[in-house]
Amino acid sequence: MNRRMGTRLFWAVLAGAAADLAGLGLIAAAAWLITRAAEQPPLAALSVAIVATRAFATGKGVFRYAERLTGHDVALRAQAGTRESLYEALIPPQRPRHGGADLLSRMVDDTDAVQDLLVRCLLPAAAAAIAGLAAVVIGLTILPVSALVLVAGLVLAGVLLPMGTAAAARRWSARIAPARAALAGRVADLVHGSADLAAYGADDEALARAQAAGEALAGLERRQARVHAAALAGGTLVQGLTVAGVVLLAQGAGADSVGTAVLALTSLVAFEPVLPLAAAGERMAGITAALRRLREVRASAPAVTEPAAPGPRPEAPLTVEIDDLVVRHPAPSHEERAGRPALDGVSLRLTPGRRVAIVGPSGAGKSTLLAALMRLVEPESGRVRVNGVDLRDLDGDDVRALMTGLTQDPYIFRASLRDNLRLAGPGADDEALRRAVRDARLEEWVERTGWDAELGEDGRTVSGGQLQRLALARALLYDPPVLLLDEPAEALDEETADRLMGDLLDVTRDRTTLLVTHRLKGLELVDEVIVLEEGRVVQRGHHDELVSTPGYYRDLWESEVLTRR
Amino acid sequence: MRAERSVRRHLGVTLAAAVLAGLLVLVQAELLAGVLSGRFTAAALAVLAAVVGVRALLAWTQGVFAGRTATGVKSALRQRLLGRLRELGPARLAAHRSGELVTLAGRGLDGLDNYLTGYLPSIAVAAVVPVAVLVRLFTADLASAVIVLVTLPLIPVFGALVGMTTKAVTERQFQALSRLGGHFLDVVRGLPTLRAFGRARHQATVIRQVADAHRGATMRTLRVAFLSSLVLELCASLSLALVAVPIGLRLLGGSLDLTTALLVLLLAPEAYLPLRAMGTRFHASMEGVAAADAAFAVLDRSAEEPRREPARRPEAVETPETPETPETGGAPEIRLEHVTVRYPGRDGAALDNVSLTIGPRERVALVGESGGGKSTLLHLILGFVEPTEGRVLVDGTDLRDLDLAGWRARLAFVAQRPHLFATSVADNVRLGSPSASMEEIRAAAAAAHADFVEALPQGFDTVLGERGADLSAGQRQRIALARAFCRPDASVLLLDEPTARLDGRSEAAVVSATADLARDRTAVIVAHRPAMIDLADRVIRIHGGRVVSDTLRSPAPPPDGSAGEPRPSRGRTSDSGAGTVVAARREGSGR
Repeated sequence: MNRRMGTRLFWAVLAGAAADLAGLGLIAAAAWLITRAAEQPPLAALSVAIVATRAFATGKGVFRYAERLTGHDVALRAQAGTRESLYEALIPPQRPRHGGADLLSRMVDDTDAVQDLLVRCLLPAAAAAIAGLAAVVIGLTILPVSALVLVAGLVLAGVLLPMGTAAAARRWSARIAPARAALAGRVADLVHGSADLAAYGADDEALARAQAAGEALAGLERRQARVHAAALAGGTLVQGLTVAGVVLLAQGAGADSVGTAVLALTSLVAFEPVLPLAAAGERMAGITAALRRLREVRASAPAVTEPAAPGPRPEAPLTVEIDDLVVRHPAPSHEERAGRPALDGVSLRLTPGRRVAIVGPSGAGKSTLLAALMRLVEPESGRVRVNGVDLRDLDGDDVRALMTGLTQDPYIFRASLRDNLRLAGPGADDEALRRAVRDARLEEWVERTGWDAELGEDGRTVSGGQLQRLALARALLYDPPVLLLDEPAEALDEETADRLMGDLLDVTRDRTTLLVTHRLKGLELVDEVIVLEEGRVVQRGHHDELVSTPGYYRDLWESEVLTRR
Repeated sequence: MRAERSVRRHLGVTLAAAVLAGLLVLVQAELLAGVLSGRFTAAALAVLAAVVGVRALLAWTQGVFAGRTATGVKSALRQRLLGRLRELGPARLAAHRSGELVTLAGRGLDGLDNYLTGYLPSIAVAAVVPVAVLVRLFTADLASAVIVLVTLPLIPVFGALVGMTTKAVTERQFQALSRLGGHFLDVVRGLPTLRAFGRARHQATVIRQVADAHRGATMRTLRVAFLSSLVLELCASLSLALVAVPIGLRLLGGSLDLTTALLVLLLAPEAYLPLRAMGTRFHASMEGVAAADAAFAVLDRSAEEPRREPARRPEAVETPETPETPETGGAPEIRLEHVTVRYPGRDGAALDNVSLTIGPRERVALVGESGGGKSTLLHLILGFVEPTEGRVLVDGTDLRDLDLAGWRARLAFVAQRPHLFATSVADNVRLGSPSASMEEIRAAAAAAHADFVEALPQGFDTVLGERGADLSAGQRQRIALARAFCRPDASVLLLDEPTARLDGRSEAAVVSATADLARDRTAVIVAHRPAMIDLADRVIRIHGGRVVSDTLRSPAPPPDGSAGEPRPSRGRTSDSGAGTVVAARREGSGR
């Protein structure tokens, strides 16, 4: 947090404290005014108290207003800062995390925690501390011993009680989280598995399981409510008994009625900003967990190490040489063994204008190979060179400027169609956009949808096939020296896929291209086909050679011919 | 409903405790004023402490019972929601955004907490306590009471006024806020794509700009929106000053005693407090009301739709009174008579006056582009959807008159995207026949070419990840096929594009497993890929909800794969009279 943030925070705390102090002053002045007036002094003796009462009354409202404005300003700034730093931590390629999309949205929710921490916990706590201190000072000037009781009461209600609720909330959320997850799982079964359950007559049982999970959660929540109830009761008790104790002490010490009344009423009101802190404590458990998760994200090492002094970006035309590349994905958790390498000694040479296709069953390492070329994963051994320069000596962004294209799981942003396309070519003119769309066989759809149509989140308004072709159009628009295409025809129906692949092989003629596919039709046009299985190259050569030799490729080709008839 | 009655009782206790605690504040003020003015002796402090103790007890009671109320209400809503999920059935569930339903049943309902535990009690307190305070003030000091009485309504009035003028602005701002959150999430989700095109760093500045612009706009709105709290705060605090200063002056003149004065000073804020608390709670609870609305929307929407009533059937057809269970075993004949299916909220019919007969042991491939009505046809046979018009007959009996569970027990079904449950592979396979032995499960898996199961860490005892995440699409499909194989008595096989999304090798395995499964059964297969179509001896092409072609073909594919001779739909066509009867019945059955 920078210094200007600190200053803003300071003003917000000050405004909050001023509002609380005004409340305290209002009641103290009013109590003094009334009890002193009962002694029937000359009017002039009361004039200061009268003015003070009115001033405090006005000040309380105005300061509260200022506090809420400054507090929200600070909180919004802090949240923006957190989001920015989270985003920046995510820019370098990441190791795959468990949880996928859910994890991402939780991470984004977590950035709200900073806002909560400031507005609901830190600012009120700081203001309450200042107001409490002021009340204690008033007590000290009137009757020091009563100040002791007040301090004890305030610490109990403002420090120990919130600490207790925070600890209890932490303990309960540890018990409730699994119950919640269980319920979500059972409900997901009911929703996503509805057809299977109904068809196999297992729906009653699944419903009963979901309801049982709901009951288990409700039972835990019912018991958790006792924490809140106890905090509520504790606060009330401490406040009341402190006031009673202060009055008892004051009367025992023979303080006058003015002093006693001021003491009693300031004590009473001093608790007003303090009592809500117990609820803030309950919130803290969630907030600290969120902050811890964010810290972990920021602290996690990126998937690849960037060179300290990156070499200059090689100029096209590019020759890519892959030598004996081994990539092993880190085990997602400690229980699982690291497993066999995703790529196990793959070599490949891609000269300018050459097109190479990679085929093989799912899980063979095809996408991992592309990820290694894009510098998204760190090889365990072996190397990739571009014009003789090892990729590890280049800036990752430079590598991706040279070798990129259609990646796995392309994403459609909530933006216009034009902007979605243009992110791959910020400077592209309309003609270039149109050409990319035409080459990706997306023309008709774009005509129908319109260039300025907003595309939905997760590309909801975009079908799987359109999404794939939009991503392809992006890749063609970007036009990297080495074009990588990961399953460009995936999720398309047979006919469209055939046409798209045909066009694609047309468009990429004389372009350095690495094509990952599981459809063999048209591959006679590429210069080399490499068959990967379990991370190893099991066959390589031209389509015609591979078809004439027994092996995986010929099996696949025959089954494809058969399924096509 | 018993649950609801207990919820009502818990809510009653919560409200009573809240109101009682509020009223005890009056007693507390009375005692404190008496002690401070010297009218009561210090012994009254013991009574004060006792009152405080009772208030704490009431606060505890309120907290506990508010918790019970909230969990009770949420639980009841959730149970109804879950029950409704099942009643909606697969076909109508598909029309909902499934992720939202899952969230709604879980975290979504938690929004109700603020409403039930905060807002409702605050309303009760606000309704009772200010009145009680006013009554007490009137008996103590008329002048102060009048001041409070006059200023008190200013709080709701100003609150409403400011609220009304700022409502539209704040709502727009809240939408902008969620859009901003959405923007950030969007960018984070799309990071791999941005990275691939070298735009990731550029977006960092965009994020900052969007946030800055948003903060500027938000603060401009908040400056106005917080005016309401400024007004309320000022109303309350100035009223206190307004009460305190005249009291002081009257004390000076000797026209008022100190006890009354202190009592008024202590009581006056208590008149305003409940109203302000209610205002704050109101805003916090709005989210919960939205959650409840969403839940009720699901419950209501489904309630509107016609429910399955086995007893209701066309009067024109003579069938026995009791639901029929045709003798199990033996492949049935399935006949559709002028069936039209319309989904609510969708233009056009999913199926439009379709008549066809599927004979016993016939193997039918349904082909045609997606959205044409193929899946709807399967869902009709499964009883997931009912015909809007026309009827489905199984061996001559209307499906509506059949015991649906009994009918489904004769089916083996593999969905397009079968759901695997987060239990063991074995439990997933025996979903439809819970009593199946391990041998039967193994045999079913072998028949489905699911030999990969043996290689899993714990074989058939391996617990699958969430939604079968750790298996490939082909493996999941084969487990679903094993499910079908695990019902050896099933006489009808219904498959929905079992080879979509599979690579060549997996497809070959699934096709061969399906061929075994279809033997000696009536089979209806929604097919995309030629290899699957080759299994069928009859190909029905559906387009736009209508049967556009119906061709017989020899089961073994001819070398060039040309289709057999075309033939008309086998259903009894051109019987418009039946359609009218059906239409009349539908009208009659509407409640």
